[in-house]
Amino acid sequence: MALEIPGPRIGQVAVRDDKNGWIERMRAKVQVFLKPGVLDVQGKAIEGALHGLGFDGVDHVRVGKTIEFDLPGGDPAKAEADVKTMCEKLLANTVIESYRVEVA
Amino acid sequence: MKAAVIVFPGSNCDRDCAVGVERSTGAKVEMVWHGDAELPKGLDLIVLPGGFSYGDYLRCGAMASQSPVMKAVVKAANDGVPTLGVCNGFQILCESHLLPGALLRNEKLKYICKPVDLEIVNGNTRFTAAFGERRTARMTIGNGEGNFFGDEDLLDRLEGEGQVVFRYANENPNGSARNIAGIVNAKGNVLGMMPHPDRAFEAELGSADGAVLFKSVLG
Repeated sequence: MALEIPGPRIGQVAVRDDKNGWIERMRAKVQVFLKPGVLDVQGKAIEGALHGLGFDGVDHVRVGKTIEFDLPGGDPAKAEADVKTMCEKLLANTVIESYRVEVA
Repeated sequence: MKAAVIVFPGSNCDRDCAVGVERSTGAKVEMVWHGDAELPKGLDLIVLPGGFSYGDYLRCGAMASQSPVMKAVVKAANDGVPTLGVCNGFQILCESHLLPGALLRNEKLKYICKPVDLEIVNGNTRFTAAFGERRTARMTIGNGEGNFFGDEDLLDRLEGEGQVVFRYANENPNGSARNIAGIVNAKGNVLGMMPHPDRAFEAELGSADGAVLFKSVLG
């Protein structure tokens, strides 16, 4: 019979809580970029600087941001749905930005 | 007449707005802290001032749009209370979905602080009526993210419905779509603008055109 070892499963974070034992946590990574049709002036400036360094072929530079955090639960589908709601409500301004969500 | 100026952590034009409104109109102005869940009763104007609310973290205006007082502001604005957002206040109005569109980084990436000439595109709003037949105004801008953006459909609609209130007249300082400097909502009671009426309310400041705007809405 396999031995039950309390603790995190591979790829998941868990924290020890005195009352509830091991609580599953998931790690979310959200990437936010300006939409393709929106002029990314920072990206353009960086592109110009890279050309100045001799990297002439560089094109389509986009600057975005990455937001990472832990959240409770062990169900990736639910976590992903929650994180998407967070993106719609706060993390991205969908008028100008698109987002990508990874949960593990 | 009674006005409220909302003070967020990082607001820096809240005093200017209060003094500007008081001196231009004689209205009583109350400062309301962002953590308050309720607004004073019987307001004739709500002002969201310029500055760097919450340090511009995440996006300009994004954190402020989630602060407790904004629930009350959104409700009051939807109930028809005149609401003016200047600069960072404009960004907060967009992030709160009281106004459509968004404000991007200035086209040339620079923070720009200088007087600008404005075209009064719609002189029939409650914010511009006191300008009468005048179709130009002069105020100061001070922004790093004042580049108004909307998709073509939105821009056509704003222009078609008379919701574009101010345009940059001689030059477009920040790359704003169709030179837009200020817009109102469809109902006409929420105005967002990048130029500062609160920095132009008496001749000693270089222009008193901001006072005309305050008088329009509180006159």
